[in-house]
Amino acid sequence: MKTFNYHTPKDVKEASKLASSSSAFLAGGMTSVPSMKLGLATYKDIIDIKHIKKLSGIKVSGKSVTIGATTKHVDVATSKEVKKAIPSLAKLAGGIGDAQVRNRGTVGGSIANNDPSACYPSACMALNAIIHTNNRKIEASKFFKGMFETALKKGELIEAVEFQIPEKSNYQKHPNPASRYAIVGVYLAKHKKEVNVAVTGAKSSVYIDKDLSKKLSSSFSSSAIDGIELDSSEMNSDIHASGEFRASLVLTYAKKAVEAC
Amino acid sequence: MASLVGSRVERKEDKRLLTGKGRYTADINIANQTYAAFVRSPHARAKIKKVDTSKALKASGVVSVLTGEEIATDKIGGLIAGWAIRSEDGSEMKVPANPPLAKDNANFVGEPIAVVFAETLDEARAAADLVSVDYKVLKGVINTGDAMKSEAIHDGIDKNLCYDWLLGDRKAVEEAFAKADKIIKVDLINNRLVPNAMEPRACVVDYNTASEEITLYTTSQNPHLSRLIMSAFGGVAPENKLRVVAPDVGGGFGSKINVYNEEIICSWASKKIERPIKWIAERTESFLTDTHGRDHVTHAELAVTNDGKFLGFKNETIANLGAYARVFGTVTPTYLFGPCATGVYTIPAAYSNVKAVYTNTAPVDAYRGAGRPEATYTIERLVEKAAMELGIDRTEIRMKNFPTEFPFKQTLVHTVDSGDYVSGLKKAKEMADYDGFEARRKKSESNGKLRGIGVSSYFEACGIAPSAVVMSLGCGVGLWESSEVRFNPTGQVSVFTGAHSHGQGHDTTFAQIAADELGVPLETIDVVHGDTDKGTFGMGTYGSRSLAVGGIAIVNACKKIVAKGKRVAAKMLEVNEDEIDFKDGEFVVTKSNKKKTIGEVAFACYLPGSRDSEFKSPLPEGEEPGLIETSFFDPANFSFPAGSHIAEVEIDPETGEVKVEKYTAVDDFGRIVNPLVVEGQVHGGIAQGIGQALHENTEYDETGQLITASYMDYTMPRADNFPEFNLGFTCTHATSNPLGVKGCGEAGAIASPPTIMNAVIDALGGQEISMPATAEKVWRACKLLKKTNSKAA
Ligand SMILES: Cc1cc2nc3c(=O)[nH]c(=O)nc-3n(C[C@H](O)[C@H](O)[C@H](O)COP(=O)(O)OP(=O)(O)OC[C@H]3O[C@@H](n4cnc5c(N)ncnc54)[C@H](O)[C@@H]3O)c2cc1C
Repeated sequence: MKTFNYHTPKDVKEASKLASSSSAFLAGGMTSVPSMKLGLATYKDIIDIKHIKKLSGIKVSGKSVTIGATTKHVDVATSKEVKKAIPSLAKLAGGIGDAQVRNRGTVGGSIANNDPSACYPSACMALNAIIHTNNRKIEASKFFKGMFETALKKGELIEAVEFQIPEKSNYQKHPNPASRYAIVGVYLAKHKKEVNVAVTGAKSSVYIDKDLSKKLSSSFSSSAIDGIELDSSEMNSDIHASGEFRASLVLTYAKKAVEAC
Repeated sequence: MASLVGSRVERKEDKRLLTGKGRYTADINIANQTYAAFVRSPHARAKIKKVDTSKALKASGVVSVLTGEEIATDKIGGLIAGWAIRSEDGSEMKVPANPPLAKDNANFVGEPIAVVFAETLDEARAAADLVSVDYKVLKGVINTGDAMKSEAIHDGIDKNLCYDWLLGDRKAVEEAFAKADKIIKVDLINNRLVPNAMEPRACVVDYNTASEEITLYTTSQNPHLSRLIMSAFGGVAPENKLRVVAPDVGGGFGSKINVYNEEIICSWASKKIERPIKWIAERTESFLTDTHGRDHVTHAELAVTNDGKFLGFKNETIANLGAYARVFGTVTPTYLFGPCATGVYTIPAAYSNVKAVYTNTAPVDAYRGAGRPEATYTIERLVEKAAMELGIDRTEIRMKNFPTEFPFKQTLVHTVDSGDYVSGLKKAKEMADYDGFEARRKKSESNGKLRGIGVSSYFEACGIAPSAVVMSLGCGVGLWESSEVRFNPTGQVSVFTGAHSHGQGHDTTFAQIAADELGVPLETIDVVHGDTDKGTFGMGTYGSRSLAVGGIAIVNACKKIVAKGKRVAAKMLEVNEDEIDFKDGEFVVTKSNKKKTIGEVAFACYLPGSRDSEFKSPLPEGEEPGLIETSFFDPANFSFPAGSHIAEVEIDPETGEVKVEKYTAVDDFGRIVNPLVVEGQVHGGIAQGIGQALHENTEYDETGQLITASYMDYTMPRADNFPEFNLGFTCTHATSNPLGVKGCGEAGAIASPPTIMNAVIDALGGQEISMPATAEKVWRACKLLKKTNSKAA
């Protein structure tokens, strides 16, 4: 690993001041540390944001659950409030990686990184999340731009993620047997006016499957999506799963999610 | 005194190992040490045109940069193949030179080309990046099955063929096949595995410029053998000037048998740069350069009668050696594989033909079970398929072909001294509730799941090995083991052994054996291993040999101690030797009940005199002082553990996920010294075998890059992949050693892959799929099954 300067700012202002084109925020370090170790990324300044109190914690209102950016997966998974308001979100957090990853990884890091097989981005999409940064609020649908790409500007810091509480929801995941990321993850949320089926792992970035969402909006039952054939041409294909398999999994898990609601 | 052999003594080493007090090679630091970083080939196959070290030499902290040129100039020898195998036509096997630092050709991704030594690890790594190597990249040979059809990668090795080996009688097999009602055929791939020891390989070398002695701390399963090889073949130093220490070793599974490039290079270099050197493999280096396991492509056939009798067996296998032949690389797919391929059955005619090929991949060598998992997979897939095709119950067809009398002269090589295969399988059936399976299958089906059951009966040849036999088969050394038992004057005992624990629990089990023999408390015994300066020579730990060979040397050395003790006690008690009994640590005069404890006798052996005016030695005339005895044990035969395993799996046809629902193992390991330790070995072995069957695979792309070079892609099984293992034992004693023990370290990994695959294939209605049975493969098979079922309906 190349040497770097390590900073522990006390507040968001100080953190954003330290940010430059050759810096990175450090949250759980579950992605950034290995990539630095392997020489895939090098930074001059590492800005550790874990000590900024304001960035961590869970708040639940009547309509939404707001999770601070540095809140760890384990805290979301075990939170009574989250379990009550959006049980599927707690389930998602509890199924990320392994215990070590959950004990360090954070929601902010997960969505800032926007790994095509990360779980949280699908929750953001399905639950119409609003990403609060130090400058603005960004709707999830405008946040995830492509593989490892987001709407964040250089040095922009995620402060919290606000998830809309749905009527019903469920998350189903086919884990990568090695890393336990999602080969395919399907987040299904039934809101008052619409049903969102967000899919992760299947393509280069998280997306809402419009077809499935529409069919389920008009009839919320697994039979409504029976017989649908999903196009696998844009799906990821790797040693663990071909595009064809992923396409089938999306449908399978969408049905399982409806049945579990 | 109750016997310690057979009791569940908790592992003495666990306090150390589980509280972070273990001492591994990486924990060792020598004042003034430098750090090594290797420059490795990024190409599977390339000519090395030029290595430019000038920039690296100028970099901060760099002490030295060495390349293949220097190592060749210094005439340091290369890595070796430990067994010479002959081809069917009588010709010698073909082995390429394997210099520790490649000079002219790179033959696999990760092969060392140069090495940098620097004051800090970061400096060494940074400078390694500055070594520039000019390669001419060539098209590599990657695939096992294609190797013989491809361009030769080593000069003079036609078709990339190391040997074309035959064991058995082709003609007899053809005759048997002509009489058969049916021929059962399978085409199998035994997937390549990365051993994944928890502790990566490492070495620390300390060269003393005054005594000219090299001390090498290394992660080895066999430090004495390492010293022998490095001295005799590497020419690194004469044996008396090379001390090899393997402290605590965190797993090996065969991958730490070999002497590796890095150990030879660092030992040689330490002398050259006159500084200590430290090197610890990164996990990526482990993936790329630890010897891999398995990698066979097999076509096998079984000739059967309609009522399920086996008449003949043939096995045509291509085994991938990787880029070079290493210590057990050439024997693993021949004598460790071929003989066991006829399994636990009486088969009148059989042959195994193995073609071993070189490819531009990491060298392949022994990995837990070494050849026997591949053998068992071959025969047990055939037997299960025979049962299916003949419509005979899978357990019945096995019982029908089991030998009922022992010694059992197995078709190809071995004479199995003892066993009772029928009782083992019956017990496994009971424990697994085999007869209740159909009900469980129906229940799974009602939940939309597919359920399958699989059986495998195995035997294996371990406790390696009788020196005369293995040397006649091409082994370069004898495979005896030695021990020294040292009674200290004040009564404690040090047991030195040439075997070396890398997780097996020798500190405990060897102490149990010695405690029973000597009648002293377990706590007073220390087992000492892993250091060529401590204790006698030895061959190390692999092939489930430590107890069955090394343990017996301990027993025999203890017996010599007792024999001497008896002579001394007789003198002390003023009786004849034959009037004394040794029991529970006491030499007792049978008639008078007068006695001396073994501790008193030991004390007397070291202090053979008294302050009395009259000289009175307790030692009989001509007896030397001291109480230290050495024994070398060379077994008369291999030992043959055997057993039957039964697994049940449940498959979700929509997602292809396979869940192991039940796993029952009934093994016969002969006498068991410590059930707790044995169960641990069986658990680990089964876990590894399930890993091979369902999860693990080593994939190279067509250019020879290892795609599965980290845990993000290489699926290591985890605790939640396993059900609780249901273990049972039967016991027939080995007759080839006085303890009656057989060895248990590999059995789990040998029996479990076919057990699991038979269950998966049963669930899939007999459709064959290859290991590992990953979700996508299973899902595809389920789709096909649905199609055929709906057509049938
Ligand atoms: C073995 C393994 C398995 C995993 N499995 C899963 C899984 O199943 N599902 C899943 O969803 N994820 C999975 N992950 C990812 C994990 O959950 C983490 O969320 C992820 O690694 C990043 O979070 P982090 O807090 O560790 O971020 P870091 O590694 O610290 O940072 C990642 C990136 O985000 C940036 N960043 C961090 N916080 C902020 C912020 N507040 N504002 C702006 N930028 C920020 C950093 O600068 C960096 O570029 C896995 C990771 C590993 C190592």
